[in-house]
Amino acid sequence: MSDRPVLIHLEHVSKSFGNSLVLDDLDLTICKNEFVTLLGPSGCGKTTTLRIIGGFERPDSGRVIFQGEDITGVPANKRPINTVFQKYALFPHMTVEENVAFGLRIRKKSREYIREKIDYALKLVNLEGFEKRMPKSLSGGQQQRVAIARAIVNEPEVLLLDEPLGALDLKLRQEMQYELIRMKNELGITFIYVTHDQEEALTMSDNVVVMNQGYIQQEGSPQKIYDEPENAFVADFIGDSNIIRSTMVRDRLVNILGIEFECVDTGFGENRPVDVVIRPEDIVLAPEREGALNGEVTDVIFKGVHYEMCIMTGDFEWIVHSTRRSEPGSGVSISVDPFDIQIMNIPESEDEEAVKLDI
Amino acid sequence: MTSEKKGWGLSFPFILWSVGFTLIPLAVITRYAFTDPDGGLTLDNVLAMGNRINGQAFLVSLLVAFICTLLCVLLAYPMVMAIRRLNLSSSAFILIFLILPMWMNFILRILAWQMILSDNGILNHFLTILGLPKVFIANTWLAVIIGVTYDYFPYMMLPIYTAVSAIEKDITEAARDLGAGTLGVFTRVIFPLSLPGLFSGITMVFVPSMTSFAVADILGGGKTQLIGNIIEQEFMRSSEMNLGSGLSISLMIFMLITLPVTVGRSGKEEGSRDI
Repeated sequence: MSDRPVLIHLEHVSKSFGNSLVLDDLDLTICKNEFVTLLGPSGCGKTTTLRIIGGFERPDSGRVIFQGEDITGVPANKRPINTVFQKYALFPHMTVEENVAFGLRIRKKSREYIREKIDYALKLVNLEGFEKRMPKSLSGGQQQRVAIARAIVNEPEVLLLDEPLGALDLKLRQEMQYELIRMKNELGITFIYVTHDQEEALTMSDNVVVMNQGYIQQEGSPQKIYDEPENAFVADFIGDSNIIRSTMVRDRLVNILGIEFECVDTGFGENRPVDVVIRPEDIVLAPEREGALNGEVTDVIFKGVHYEMCIMTGDFEWIVHSTRRSEPGSGVSISVDPFDIQIMNIPESEDEEAVKLDI
Repeated sequence: MTSEKKGWGLSFPFILWSVGFTLIPLAVITRYAFTDPDGGLTLDNVLAMGNRINGQAFLVSLLVAFICTLLCVLLAYPMVMAIRRLNLSSSAFILIFLILPMWMNFILRILAWQMILSDNGILNHFLTILGLPKVFIANTWLAVIIGVTYDYFPYMMLPIYTAVSAIEKDITEAARDLGAGTLGVFTRVIFPLSLPGLFSGITMVFVPSMTSFAVADILGGGKTQLIGNIIEQEFMRSSEMNLGSGLSISLMIFMLITLPVTVGRSGKEEGSRDI
């Protein structure tokens, strides 16, 4: 967690729809000026969390604290929070400038103030000259920019973004990622971003909250989430990983697939079963018998920056990324540096895993 | 054969229907309207709308149609907004409940209202039980307005309902998110987006309610003369085919002039405006 002051605090928030529990006793702290991403597969509760912060859903139990005040019962229109919706949700009967001016007119701002704000916001999202256009005459990316402009003119304390780039094509999505980071720095407001795209989360966030089945699985900086996943779900969800059931022999020594590897982790006890995560790009390939584990290349795919190879050692299939191609059928050996081996506790059951992580 | 030609072929039954039951009668009426009983050309029949009795009936009809249309609008929006808040299955139930009376014959529905409103009818029966004074609505213009409003309400509500239910929840949530309260969401988003439905509702309610002579006869007791009653009398009782046709034509011309003004407004709402 950063040293910034706390802005929003969700306390023991639970929410269910019908019989399905979407959020179970969720605790989440969001700091001022942070770019926080709620990341997880669909149905993990991330959108519900966002809607509770926005005031569109009321939690069944628990409280929403905003700048020290309980706002659980405050309706959406009374919160200093604005939302960029997944499907833009522009008002189809209004021009671009009328859309952008909507919130300011409700708050009875002067004509000059509104004019100034429209100009500023449309410039910020690179849509100068689009004032009189109707939303349906704009492309998806342009509509998304109008939606952002419409939200930020109100100078909210927090901007909520619900998978805002989901409907855009890859190149536009990457451009918009940079734009969002720029806007966040320029505006100095807190962004809470919901996505299922791990790349988006890692690119933009100060803080990533990985969620699954209504529980927070791990929270931390993008680097920490990627390098030190706390459990197999996070490791599997963020990037490609080799997850291997292994035995911790003692501190700093782990037995992976029958071979002992040095590692840097301590405190897992002696001869305890653990999960080991090794990222595909951290595996060092060497000619046969020169590395720790011998295997055979079964598959090679060219990915542009690197080759992705499948290597069988015994009955475990490794995913390996390397800039050097090895022919399918050829024998290779695998080794890993101690600090590239990430040790994780094995959850004894799904529920227990969740409770432990929820603290 | 091109698909365009095929389309023409398929519309043949409809064209036959239109020619037989719209175009030919219209031509006959137009011929009667501009001739006198001896066959000579005249404008008297069409201009008869301007004389005292006919003109008065015309203005009363306009007023009745206006009040009924307004009442339908004022009843329809709260209803539509209430249905929008319900879940899907209960809203379907309410809609069926509303449409159900439309499956009954129009005259039967009016006769039912006569039974309710008559001096010794169901309404006064209940009022007496409750110890309240009787009301004498039967055979007044108020009864006509109640009957006409009741009759045409579904034609106002359904197009508005269709327009409002097409507004996505995201859009109203966005309005709320930007600070609009319940009233603001309605006036700034839901109402403007429902205008196409409102205008088709108005065209379906206003014109027929001007001429619903059966309602005026049964519930108004013949005291309230709508322009429809006058036209009906010219045809059925006085056999004044020429005069009846003339009044019909001038009424039709009035509708044709006023309707595009209303419908044109809805088109303008969609265009861009300055702030």
